[in-house]
Amino acid sequence: MEFGLSQDQLMLGDSVRKFLASEVPLDTVRQLAAGESDDSSVWQGLADMGLAGLIIPEAHGGAELGMLDAVAIAEALGYAACPGPFLSTAIMSAYLLNAAGATDPLTRMASGEYRVGIAFSDVIGSRKGQVTEADSKLTGQSLFALDATADAYLIGLSDGRVFMIEASELTRSSLSTIDVTQSVCELSFDQSPACHVSSSSELVWQTIHRGRAIQAADTLGAAQYMLDQAVAYSLDRKQFNRVIGSFQAVKHMCAEMASQLEPCRAFAWYAGHAFDESTDEAALTACHAKAHMAEVGQFIAKTSTEVHGGMGFTDLVGLHYWFKRIGFNRQLLGSPEAVRHEAAELEGLC
Amino acid sequence: MDLSYGSEYDAFREEVKSFIRSHKHKQPKPGDGIKSQAMRDWQSLLIEHGYHSRTIASEYGGYGAEPDIIKSRIIAEEFGAERVHRGFDGQGVTMLTPVLLEMGTEEQKRAFVEPTIKAEMIWCQGYSEPGAGSDLASLTTKAELDGDEWVINGQKIWTSTAHHADWIFCLVRTEPDAPKHLGISFLLFRMDTPGIEIRPLVDMTGDANFNEVFFTDVRVPKHQIVGQRGQGWQVANAILGHERGSLATPDAAMNRLHGVKRLMREESINGEPIMSNPVFRDRLMKLEGRVLAMQYNDMRLLSAKINKNQDVRLAGMIVKLTGTELRHEIECLGIDVMGEIGLSYGDNPHLRGHGSWQYQYMFYLGLIIGGGTSQIQKNIISERGLGMPKEPKIPSEKSAEKSAKEA
Repeated sequence: MEFGLSQDQLMLGDSVRKFLASEVPLDTVRQLAAGESDDSSVWQGLADMGLAGLIIPEAHGGAELGMLDAVAIAEALGYAACPGPFLSTAIMSAYLLNAAGATDPLTRMASGEYRVGIAFSDVIGSRKGQVTEADSKLTGQSLFALDATADAYLIGLSDGRVFMIEASELTRSSLSTIDVTQSVCELSFDQSPACHVSSSSELVWQTIHRGRAIQAADTLGAAQYMLDQAVAYSLDRKQFNRVIGSFQAVKHMCAEMASQLEPCRAFAWYAGHAFDESTDEAALTACHAKAHMAEVGQFIAKTSTEVHGGMGFTDLVGLHYWFKRIGFNRQLLGSPEAVRHEAAELEGLC
Repeated sequence: MDLSYGSEYDAFREEVKSFIRSHKHKQPKPGDGIKSQAMRDWQSLLIEHGYHSRTIASEYGGYGAEPDIIKSRIIAEEFGAERVHRGFDGQGVTMLTPVLLEMGTEEQKRAFVEPTIKAEMIWCQGYSEPGAGSDLASLTTKAELDGDEWVINGQKIWTSTAHHADWIFCLVRTEPDAPKHLGISFLLFRMDTPGIEIRPLVDMTGDANFNEVFFTDVRVPKHQIVGQRGQGWQVANAILGHERGSLATPDAAMNRLHGVKRLMREESINGEPIMSNPVFRDRLMKLEGRVLAMQYNDMRLLSAKINKNQDVRLAGMIVKLTGTELRHEIECLGIDVMGEIGLSYGDNPHLRGHGSWQYQYMFYLGLIIGGGTSQIQKNIISERGLGMPKEPKIPSEKSAEKSAKEA
């Protein structure tokens, strides 16, 4: 019996953390926020480490690793508020395309040169009418597609079918959100030629649930960063001739964050493991992990900011980038309320 | 990640299952007290087969097996699944026995361990006092040596099972001039010693789960001390560690959550089952997520115990705080989904689950406070888990006087 990350997984997480600490400092995120750069060089760096092809089969140039490995990496990415399309290209699109047997783009995806975004708003919750298909041509709009600079997109239709469409065949406008580290866009189709990928509603949902497990791990990492920062700041900042971390009010805020966050580590690991073992409860676990982590993340985002006092509210310490990353993960691919409703449905409670 | 226990344990699990099948009918029935013959027989049977006091040496009355965490876990799982009585686990068994085995004299081990684990000798714990709760080390019940006897005067509170207990393990101040943590001793004495008065303490549940115990010139033989004079705090802390996590197991929380689900399916208002109410359903699912997090945390703790390759100090420290608060909220939802039916208590004919929802809701508030309050837990987590400093000490009157004199 062994519940935890293997030596290989620990080393993988460590090497990603080291890379991010030296290559993706907060300045990178600030440049992104100022519109002075995009996430392409960061993504190429991660791809060179093998992250873009993490779950892609070796035959297509990937590392053919599993979801628990991906969880370990997502945690490290969240900890660094690292930009790039890990969730959309490396996990969701790579999984769906491979499972559907549409393996042509996989080699270029693994090398980092080709990015495939995810446009599943019709599956998760449509707001602007639905995308329609006729003769392999799509018409309509898709909101909050993941990755505003992808080379192509997977479009999920409300009936569960999935089409792939090149970015050049559609109209795309980038959408500003609170989070600059994860880009989203609005796609418009007008008789846009698309390639049929899958007709399996089950496959779309498997893809979404995998994305949710990754989001949970990403929020775990981001929340851990915010807790670490809060503790460090409280041991540095002095008021009334004492470090504020010696005040019980502050200590208890940190203890509450730690006691909510620590069990999430085991939860995120299990969520990844459940997919690797294809257990029956994998989808349910992913829903619960995503919703629970969203709540814990929200609490920590708020509390850590408060521990930082006025500085937490400023741009100077940059803590808000993590606050916003956690907020972004909370809504994308289903809000906690929506995901808990799905969990109840999966359990047959409604 | 490997969640199987390994095929080498399959045979052991079968053994446990088969024991349960053939002996289940002998377990104590509801209403059999802790001093009943049925309880003692069951206890002896469990020890004989290695399902209780498994790793305690046979010379002290235990089963004498090598420690094997997985086997212990399998026993817990199988007994839990079949809802079979795990045997008597009073404070003497869970808290005193480990300490005696570690710090007691050979004579004490031989005298006390066997009758204690066989439920022939029932113990109560004399720690808390009216003026020494979270600040337990400030306790003032004193023991003074008079010839070959300690003479004890003072009062204890929150003493569960005092009215059933044959013996008490008790913290007393023996060195009044020493610093507070170094002036305490750990004594063992009989509860029928002259000078002991027990008063039941009725709590918010309506039951007397605890007692107050008063000592007036209670005379105890000098040798009935565990460890040396003044070492009692060290001894007590070794035991408190055993208590905390066990107050809030995630598997029990999951069982209660399933109980809420049953209620929500079975109860209805205006012909609609409560389960169809999305607000209650969301509260249910939210709690389920939290219980799952604690269950996986528990698996991680188990794994760390077996493989010793993860630092899980923080993961262990948070269990009492998180588990008791979570359990209180689960019981609360059980009440809320029933509405006014949820108020039923005592002999109300509309009672659900024998009134357990209200009872546990109150009882768990007691556990949030007992065994180290949630606030004390947060001090421990922040100081020992996160490395944050202790509150600066306010100088005591004595030391303030001393420094005033020096000045």
